[in-house]
Amino acid sequence: MNFELTEEQNLLRKTIREFAEGEIKPKIFELDRKEEFSLGLTQKMGELGLLGMAVDPKYGGQGLCSLSYVIAVEELARVDASQAATVAAHNSLGIGPIYHFGSEEQKKKYLPDLCTGKKLWSFGLTEPNAGSDAGNSQTTAELKNGNWIINGSKIFITNGATQITGGSTVQTITGTLRPFDKLRVSGPQDDRAKKEISCILVDQNTPGFTAKAMHNKLVWRSSNTAELYFDNVKVPEGNLLGKRGDGFRQMLATLDSGRLGIAAMGLGGAQGAFEAALQYTKERRAFGKAIASFQVNAFKLADCATEIEAARNLLYKACWAKDNGKKFKILAAQAKLYCSEVMHRVVNHAVQLHGGYGLMEEYPVARFYRDQKLLEIGEGTSEVQRIIISRDLGCYEDL
Amino acid sequence: MKIGVLLKQTPDTETKIKIKPDGSGIDESDIKWVINPYDEYGVEEALRLKDAAGGGEVVVVTAGSKRAVDSMRQALAMGADRGIRIDTEGVSLDSYTTAVILSKAIQSENFEVLFAGKQAVDDDCVQVAQMTATALDWPCIWPAEHIELGADKKSVVVTRPVAGGIKEIMEMTLPGILCCDKGEHEPRYASLPGIMKAKSKPIAELKAADLLAGETPKVTWSGFRLPPERKAGKILKGEPEAVCAELVKLLREEAKVI
Repeated sequence: MNFELTEEQNLLRKTIREFAEGEIKPKIFELDRKEEFSLGLTQKMGELGLLGMAVDPKYGGQGLCSLSYVIAVEELARVDASQAATVAAHNSLGIGPIYHFGSEEQKKKYLPDLCTGKKLWSFGLTEPNAGSDAGNSQTTAELKNGNWIINGSKIFITNGATQITGGSTVQTITGTLRPFDKLRVSGPQDDRAKKEISCILVDQNTPGFTAKAMHNKLVWRSSNTAELYFDNVKVPEGNLLGKRGDGFRQMLATLDSGRLGIAAMGLGGAQGAFEAALQYTKERRAFGKAIASFQVNAFKLADCATEIEAARNLLYKACWAKDNGKKFKILAAQAKLYCSEVMHRVVNHAVQLHGGYGLMEEYPVARFYRDQKLLEIGEGTSEVQRIIISRDLGCYEDL
Repeated sequence: MKIGVLLKQTPDTETKIKIKPDGSGIDESDIKWVINPYDEYGVEEALRLKDAAGGGEVVVVTAGSKRAVDSMRQALAMGADRGIRIDTEGVSLDSYTTAVILSKAIQSENFEVLFAGKQAVDDDCVQVAQMTATALDWPCIWPAEHIELGADKKSVVVTRPVAGGIKEIMEMTLPGILCCDKGEHEPRYASLPGIMKAKSKPIAELKAADLLAGETPKVTWSGFRLPPERKAGKILKGEPEAVCAELVKLLREEAKVI
């Protein structure tokens, strides 16, 4: 086995780390406090090439492998979850579906601007009444005279309402023709299971389409989260992504890859919180000694270091599997589950080790503590990951 | 325009320096290596000068061991076009012999201008660029803060700080060496496409021993030790009048600073 990263991957990590510490870190406190999306930082990340990492250079991307992408997201998340979220969501949810399922014409039309960061793109999946139960979505698209007429709404859509959002890939119900893929682990296949689901590209300025930023968030406060409303939104038939009825499969495939990004955020966030805690406990003195030298604290740090190492190895293995054309769905689910839960344990220790200071926003661990929670909820809750993994184990064959 | 950059790999300025147990040198085992920060300004200015000249080539020249390649690749990822590394493995060099091999290595390159950092942050000798200029019989400006290419592209106009906040503006006929200070332009971050391209940019290799041609160091190292630890400070307590009198007395008699 070879655990060496390539020379480029090491240089990539070093560069992103310097960028995150030099450009992002000084701005986070204010951006987070004001709950402000930073156009300036997003554009700088675009200049570095962070916004189209996996895309073929012929469409303006960087053509990087999954592992390099994950290293970049990890390094951003080590400093700030919000900027990492902007990048990860844009790459995997914004660009991913267009790149993997779009027609040549759609790719040429959208990808160049999305890869440079001139525009961002969002993925309209979650609805007010359909989260984990994505098959229960209610937004509809009806084909009339060569146009799709879309009605419904979406919620919690990352990058959905920035100044530079170009549009959204919207998951809609386009009919009831095809039997619905078996998603749920139990229960009868009811009427809902007969929905035909398709993804449609909707430009931001289309009449009837409203995107509204959501505020008062606990997490990712300087990332943009939006509600999308569709009121008889008319788009050309050709805006359909891939084949009609393929939307559910496209969504599942997109989320498989997206999980690597969320896992990278868990790993990077855990690393950032751990480093802050290690430094603090070596400097903070109590009873005449650095508090790191109390074994009760030292053991917490040892546990954090061990779990982070295990998380990194699991995530990198999932990337390796994907990059080598092997099945990676289960590894990605495991990495997403594990990395986000490792970060949960690490931030908990990190705040505890900071004592009262850990409760103050002036210390970065407070923000890491808040930001962590999303990772167990977004892009498939931890419960959904456990469904995916346990289903693969054959646990429900007797149902 | 053909531009060279003298680039040295140095320990990160935050590295805790440890001495080998026998005092024969620095313990390099835990050192994080970076481009000498002033040389990074040199790379940035070189890339800007290339743009100002409307094209050309930026070549990174390094005397160093194999690990220095990482730093050279970083400069290539920032936008430099190729590298020349003089392998120093097994050779002990001082500023003079370093200048000898650098000037030999670039003789056939016919650079129009060479950039260097104003000093390396490891040994802080501040000698190699000047000695290289001497060996090449070129002018050298130290330190260069603001650089502009002359209209004829055969000279540069350089602003350098002198004592008391005064700036000196000099015109230098090329070829010459410019020693960069922390200037007006922060070094750029390597972009992802830059990193990917850096892999395929060539780094030529030369051997220090071949270039020395019998020259030997003028400096030998007799031993290394860390500076003595600072003694704890003194805190004077009591009434302000008494403390002030005591302080003045100590500054005069013990510290001998007034």
